[in-house]
Amino acid sequence: MTAVWITIAGLAAATVAIKAAGPLIVGERQLPPAADAVIALLAPALLAALILTDTFAREQDLTVDARAAGLVCAGVAVALRAPLLVTVLVAAVGAAAVRAVS
Amino acid sequence: MAPRPAARERFRLGLRAGLGFGAAAFVVGISFGAVAEPLMGSVAPIVMSAVVFAGASQFGATSVLASGGTAATAIATGAMLNARFIPMGVAAASALRGSRLRRAVEGQTVVDASWALAARGEDGFDREALLGGTLPQYPAWVLGTVVGVVAGGALGNPESLGLDAIFPAFFLGLLAAELGRPHAVATALVGGGIALALTPLLPAGLPVLLASLAALIGLRR
Repeated sequence: MTAVWITIAGLAAATVAIKAAGPLIVGERQLPPAADAVIALLAPALLAALILTDTFAREQDLTVDARAAGLVCAGVAVALRAPLLVTVLVAAVGAAAVRAVS
Repeated sequence: MAPRPAARERFRLGLRAGLGFGAAAFVVGISFGAVAEPLMGSVAPIVMSAVVFAGASQFGATSVLASGGTAATAIATGAMLNARFIPMGVAAASALRGSRLRRAVEGQTVVDASWALAARGEDGFDREALLGGTLPQYPAWVLGTVVGVVAGGALGNPESLGLDAIFPAFFLGLLAAELGRPHAVATALVGGGIALALTPLLPAGLPVLLASLAALIGLRR
């Protein structure tokens, strides 16, 4: 039981420090244009990484399961320029449908 | 470039999106509460959601403890799963206001969905969208955990509703809006490739953190 509370306290402190790091490192300094150009590309880099690991990773294994069907459905919705809310619902329905029949 | 709407309007747009994120956070919070209760009892999971407020790291640390790992291993695992918040915080930093303490506190509102909503590439970072997007998610996450702890076993598996497909779909919609920028397609391909290639090799969390290196493509003129 003690291990649980140590974990909670330690992880809370670590998370606060991690989230504070960026604002404290960068502060109010005006960044050089090269840094701005890199920061502007963090979104596509991290979004692509989150999409693929949220869909295909189970711990350290790569698998294809119902989540992939959800992502395909979301891709179709995005290609048809569906609103974000519709895209998300279509993905959930697609993944749930595959799980229901498998 | 179109003029940005006023701060209040941007906060309201963030809040509206945040209600949707909050619904998802509520459901994921239920599953966290249900998973953690047998291991931790009823109080600790709720405290953890209230003070950590980062889903993936809570699941990761809990699974380490459940498999007999030490507190140190659980903390390290959870911290690695949160490491992506460092580059996210760097991107958000220029838009945050006030004293160092205040900016560090505002930085605590960085969570995946709100950050992705607020990251607007070369147009800068939208502080109001970040704050509005996160505001509904915190109470939803904690309340969801309470429901999961209390009712856990009685509720079905959230995966049967396809809820684990929601966040990738959301991120895909946001990514599509980013792809018009210079180098964005190449960066997404390299970042996604790094994450997939490293997933079997490194502990969860690090592949996503290292994928941020793909943004160095921005140094090419």
